[in-house]
Amino acid sequence: MSLPFLLEIGTEEIPDWMIPPAINHLRDLFQGLLDRTKASGTITAVDATPRRLVLRAEGLAERQPDSEELILGPPKSAGSGAAVGFAKKMGTTPDQLGTEISPKGEYYCFKKHMKGQATIAILAVDLPQLILKIPWPKTMYWNGKGSEKFIRPIRWIVALFGDSVVPFELAGVGASNITQGHRILGKSAIPVTIANFDQALEANGVILSAIKRRDKILSGITKLLSEPRPEGSVLRVRPDPALLETLVYITELPTPILGGFDSQFLTLPSEVLVTVMRHHQKYFSVEDEKGNLAPHFIAVMNTDADPEGLVRDGNERGLRARFNDARFFWEQDQKRKLEERLEDLKNVTFQAKLGSYFEKTARVVELVKQFRGSAHAQRAALLAKCDLTTDMVKEFTDLQGIVGGLYAKAQGESEDVSRAIYDHYKPLSMDGEIPSTESSRVVALADKWDTLTSCFNVGMVPTGSRDPFALRRAAQGVVRIVIEGQVKFNFPGMNDALREFMRDRVDYYFRDVRAFAYDEVRACIAAGWADLLDLESRLKRVQAIRHTPDFEPIAASFKRIKNILQQAQFSGAGQLGAELIEPGPEQELYSEIRRTDGQPLESRIAALRPKLDFFFDKVLVNAPDPQIRQNRLALLQSLLLEFSTVADFSEIVTETKNEKRETRNEERL
Amino acid sequence: MTSHQQPATSGVPLSFQETIFRLKQYWSDRGCIIQEPYDLEVGAGTMAPETFLRVLGPKPYRVAYVQPSRRPADGRYGENPNRLYKHQQLQVILKPSPADVIDQYLGSLAAIGIDLRKHDIKFEEDNWEAPTLGAWGIGWQVMLDGLEITQFTYFQQCGGIDLDLVPAELTYGLERIVKFLQNVESVYDIEWVPGVRYHDVRFKDEQQFSVYNFELADVPTLWKLFDLHEQECQRLLTTFAKRLCVLPAYDQALKCSHLFNLLDSRGAISVTERVGVIGRVRKLALGVAKMWMEQEAAE
Repeated sequence: MSLPFLLEIGTEEIPDWMIPPAINHLRDLFQGLLDRTKASGTITAVDATPRRLVLRAEGLAERQPDSEELILGPPKSAGSGAAVGFAKKMGTTPDQLGTEISPKGEYYCFKKHMKGQATIAILAVDLPQLILKIPWPKTMYWNGKGSEKFIRPIRWIVALFGDSVVPFELAGVGASNITQGHRILGKSAIPVTIANFDQALEANGVILSAIKRRDKILSGITKLLSEPRPEGSVLRVRPDPALLETLVYITELPTPILGGFDSQFLTLPSEVLVTVMRHHQKYFSVEDEKGNLAPHFIAVMNTDADPEGLVRDGNERGLRARFNDARFFWEQDQKRKLEERLEDLKNVTFQAKLGSYFEKTARVVELVKQFRGSAHAQRAALLAKCDLTTDMVKEFTDLQGIVGGLYAKAQGESEDVSRAIYDHYKPLSMDGEIPSTESSRVVALADKWDTLTSCFNVGMVPTGSRDPFALRRAAQGVVRIVIEGQVKFNFPGMNDALREFMRDRVDYYFRDVRAFAYDEVRACIAAGWADLLDLESRLKRVQAIRHTPDFEPIAASFKRIKNILQQAQFSGAGQLGAELIEPGPEQELYSEIRRTDGQPLESRIAALRPKLDFFFDKVLVNAPDPQIRQNRLALLQSLLLEFSTVADFSEIVTETKNEKRETRNEERL
Repeated sequence: MTSHQQPATSGVPLSFQETIFRLKQYWSDRGCIIQEPYDLEVGAGTMAPETFLRVLGPKPYRVAYVQPSRRPADGRYGENPNRLYKHQQLQVILKPSPADVIDQYLGSLAAIGIDLRKHDIKFEEDNWEAPTLGAWGIGWQVMLDGLEITQFTYFQQCGGIDLDLVPAELTYGLERIVKFLQNVESVYDIEWVPGVRYHDVRFKDEQQFSVYNFELADVPTLWKLFDLHEQECQRLLTTFAKRLCVLPAYDQALKCSHLFNLLDSRGAISVTERVGVIGRVRKLALGVAKMWMEQEAAE
């Protein structure tokens, strides 16, 4: 007989962003349990709110299947006395023993019949450990030193197998069939069954399904905005998927409300208003039909209604205070120009080992000059970090750069300078836009490059998931700005660690972002990546010829050439002597190389391929005469070198290999 | 339905003073000792020995007190409606934290007249860390209709020591809460008691301490004081470690912490110095915590 299973881990509020990965881990861990115990069954759903992680499964066997295990006993040569002892130990009689022949001789053995355990018993033993195995970014203990760790205190557990409670205890909480509802709207003790679980929660103010909560938010917003407005204007929400996700996992019963603010605040830059709403208040911004910010916001409550408008009032007052702060900062900050703030940067730490932002600024300005940045770019680099000393950025740190750009403009700096300051932290993510002008790209590049070289110089290298200075993002930004912004850049001042790091980032960019085949990327990078624009054009060329018929065979030949040269430990020294070339295949290859010299790779491949095949077929590189052997190696080497300026073709993974032919030349060397 | 879901009062909002009384009474009813504020300058209720030292070790403790908290750099000459050099926190320590601690907390909101059925309450991730105290914890900022009203922390470590019992620390921002309840735009318009505004009671402090903290505090003097208090603390921690002077030593450490904040608001701590000075205060706090634990163990 098979039964359904339900697990609910009831906790205090889990940080929203940790929840989706956690339920995936829960699913994997439980699948592991099903596989390991052969309980069969299928996980049908995982879901969560901030206060509960839930897993459902169906079709679990009531018992594990019985199984047999073969246990080896003493060697038969040990005699019947040993057999009696072994049988006794196995709880049986000697006539039940069999024998088994192993390479070491013949042994007594016993086929032990293992009765399958009751699944509920297995669950009772395994679930506590399984729950504690869910990985979290940061855990806590709450029952005293040495007690269990979890993301937040576990306060109840529902564990049902069919109609039965799975009996176990974890962190002082016994599993039961009693769940809890919404903190304010629900009961605090609700008996449930597997069948009525979702409905019982819903009746107590909890929507378990993230999909339903998302839908409720979206349809609620649509409804709010479709209500006729007094002035007849049209309002639209600015979509914000990341914020939506946060709100889905910060609520058990989300309900959006529409609030407003005094339109006089619209004189503040919309960047500031949106940041305050989004990052500090978790509000969606609203715009009019022209796309301009409207004096409204959408907040999402964790309750069902706001009948007296108290929640809206409270949120409006909170926002007004924040906006007043922002306006105060804006006015205060204007009293000192960015340039006057340069000295203050001496008091802003960039990094303990790397000194202040004043010093960083000096380095970045130098780099901008070195990169032949315009006077505007140099000016922007000088002012770029000054906004770190403004009250606005101290309060709204996400606005660094943006505020500097806005202030620069308000203080009469040119559009080009202001834009370069505004943009210099971009790109903020893998798909965020790169700086929009030439000046802003140079400044952004110099800033990131200084961060990377400085950090690597003092040994601050990202490891695994630890990357406190966001160096991966900086490096990715460098790569994207250079390639997508068409900037000439030659990676000055790299140490070995940074070179390896950057190479990885370049590789990642072309593979994962640009979707080039990994072996093409590897091949082209192997031929050099100091000039990323050149690398990009080589990649495009290799990609274009990849599927021509001669490409793979020639790639295979290059692999052979490389192996041969390696095995011969060919130093690369020695001139290629035309007089040592033998007539026949060797001469033909040599002539073809010379004939096609200077032609583009694409046409040379087709021409050289038959000659190269012929050569390998007929000629033994490892000639008895050392002079001829050296000469042949030199011939292959020169061919390899010529092609290597585009890509190291030996890195290409070929489908058709002629192993037999390959070994012939290589093994005899 | 639990008790916190009942409205506690009629529509008239409580005064600042009455709010404090209600909260103290509420926590007193739940087994807390009601302490008076610590009589030295501190940046937060956490720094009072009632929290910093009492959370250490295996002895249960429950306490609540209002702590005026001085943050020199937050001063705004009394001109900003939301910012204060000195604000008041109601600090509650429940050690160990009871399993229904959040329900108890929600009940305290009902006790000051917040009908939670008519409001929106959320618990948003906000872990707390105080490097100068070697302390950190896990928790939330509690948001009421989009306004942060309480910091809720499960302490994990204090003075660099793993805690035997995990205390829950509730820190109510009193001005924020009352400003919200009384529906006023400026903190200075809060009704302290009927007929007396926050402005009448506290405005001069804000103005005068802003002038001092930002303009007049004499930097060489502050440094000299810092050195003296540090030496005094060290003397107690080393030479007289066996003489039961943990609390006096901690007072000296608190003095250093406040002087650090003052120097900071004067812009007198350079980049290179900053980490070092934090390290000096931290060393004192860790030393005090260690000594407290040793004496507790000896008792």
